[in-house]
Amino acid sequence: MLDTDAFDLRKYLSQNPQSVAVWVALVALILFGVLRYENFGGAYNFTSFLNYNSMFIIISVGMCFVIMTGGIDLSVGSVAAFTSVVAAYLSPYGLEVALPIAVLAGAAFGAINAFCIIVMRIPPFIATLATMLGAKGGALVISGAETISVDWGSNFTRMGMETALNILPWSIVLVGAVIVVLWFVLEKTTLGRTVLAIGGGADASVLMGLKVNRATAFVYLLSGACAGLAGVILASGFGAGQPLEGIGWELSAIASVVVGGTLLTGGMGSVTATVAGALLLGLVFNILNFENGRGTISFSAYWQMVIRGGFLFAVILFQARVTSGRAARKAQT
Amino acid sequence: MSTQDTELGARPTKTFEWGPFLRTNGGLVALAVILLFNIIVTPNFLQMQTLFVNISQVATIAIVAMGMTLVIATGGIDLSVGAIMALSGAMAPLIFMSEFGQANPALGITAAIVVPLIAALACGLFNGILVANLKVQPIIATLILFISGRGIAQVLTNGNLQTFSNPSFSYLGTGKVLGLPFQGWLAIAIACVLFWVMSRTIFGRYVLAVGGNERAAELSGGPVKRVKIGVYMICGVLSGLAGLIVVAINSASDAARNGNLMELDAIAAAVVGGALLQGGRAPIFGAILGAVIIQLVKYTLLANGVEDEVALIAKAIIILAAVYLQMARKE
Repeated sequence: MLDTDAFDLRKYLSQNPQSVAVWVALVALILFGVLRYENFGGAYNFTSFLNYNSMFIIISVGMCFVIMTGGIDLSVGSVAAFTSVVAAYLSPYGLEVALPIAVLAGAAFGAINAFCIIVMRIPPFIATLATMLGAKGGALVISGAETISVDWGSNFTRMGMETALNILPWSIVLVGAVIVVLWFVLEKTTLGRTVLAIGGGADASVLMGLKVNRATAFVYLLSGACAGLAGVILASGFGAGQPLEGIGWELSAIASVVVGGTLLTGGMGSVTATVAGALLLGLVFNILNFENGRGTISFSAYWQMVIRGGFLFAVILFQARVTSGRAARKAQT
Repeated sequence: MSTQDTELGARPTKTFEWGPFLRTNGGLVALAVILLFNIIVTPNFLQMQTLFVNISQVATIAIVAMGMTLVIATGGIDLSVGAIMALSGAMAPLIFMSEFGQANPALGITAAIVVPLIAALACGLFNGILVANLKVQPIIATLILFISGRGIAQVLTNGNLQTFSNPSFSYLGTGKVLGLPFQGWLAIAIACVLFWVMSRTIFGRYVLAVGGNERAAELSGGPVKRVKIGVYMICGVLSGLAGLIVVAINSASDAARNGNLMELDAIAAAVVGGALLQGGRAPIFGAILGAVIIQLVKYTLLANGVEDEVALIAKAIIILAAVYLQMARKE
């Protein structure tokens, strides 16, 4: 029961005007910021913005793959908190030890998710909600519920605090490289196409002989590894492993993915648009901070959550037309 | 499927089929095991005080879990319950501690209960409209309030802990009827009403019909949208009530902590109680059983000196096990 109508529609949506709209909004916001605030375009704001948002960008890209299969990963924030602690403990051995092991630790949580979802057939949001709890508990246990200071003597903090060629933070260089690889995987490989096919229809994909389980396992491992990398950036950028960080990160990541035009029902999506979505969300807060600094508005940290939710709401309203149109089409066939 | 005989480590004997027995009566068996464990291991378990503490805490979980059970019965989920608790809990002290509330204590208390409940109802309406009319996936739709609801609560209170001393409001959480906590009776009353609604009213039948087969329910002329909005509103208002009770128990409202992670407890309680995540079943008293189990597990770990952090991991495992058993039951 391959729904060809829906497939055509998806093809149309892959040239989605929303992706274009995100880029336009991004450029417009940057222009607005540069014209309105004198320090906005400065090197300091540029690097600190990218440094801070590289965590969210990488998590969002991982989440994008999960959502493309029609799943969800609510554990990313806790996993990042967990791996930031792991990375902080390993920081005396240098980045070359701390980074891979922390990423592997993240992937291990991804593996637990994948096992629960594929083998035990537990719905993704329950499985990842449980891992969220588990990772949070794990982070608190291994850290003794305290922030773990990193070793400043090793090269560990270089990644979060120094820039390559005096332009880009190392963290964003690394994240950029990962994004290029993942873009290639999604667009040019069988694995990437299978990920999209699963979201289009898991049963149909199985019938077509696609390696559905392998691709599903891949997206959760990837999402876990991305969260692991974000944890390393967190520890390296702030000089400490932070077991209590990561609250609400899953929402930020989901919002970025949705803002980028990826449908939550799966089957379509884009790495670049997700990155743009993450940048856009980050920029909204960056501009609000500047506005706060000018004293025109005054908003406490608590507003961030409200605005984040409101932003997601706005995008969902925008997407609702698309999805309900699709549902109506499906109902007709 | 292939895992039929191996789960829970129960050895299939020839005389007695443990697998099916555990699948249908898993909740009761788990309860018996936990109780037995506590009676043997936990010091001073068999005391009125223990009963008291557990009833007063289980009531909020049970009340939210019943709302969650209805939502799950339609095939949905509500992640915003904890945030709604925080919101209604933050509003109540603001109202009865305001000038108006101080001047007219009786009216102030009434407003401090009614207004937050209306706000909670509105949150449920918001979730329901997103899910029913805009066809947003329930997880995502309720994720909006999951994060911004608590944010609104913190904005309202400026993130401050509000402490108060107001005996009449605190009755919600500390009052006693026939020697047992008021909120326990409240939870049982709500359960009876919901049980009647689910088994005797058209609305109840439609809730199950929507969860069983939404398309069929729609084609047969069922008011699918209204039913869906209805369950989210019920879940919202029950969460709001639970938020008020928590505030009343503590004589303090902390928007950052009230209802934190309640969505997990509620989902776990509903699932342990026998709700199917695909929808189509609404075991109201099962939700209470589930809530009691979740609460007792928490209590057991706490009473035996297990750290909170480890308790989180234990809870994660319980949720996975409960859903897994349930999946097996379906197959």
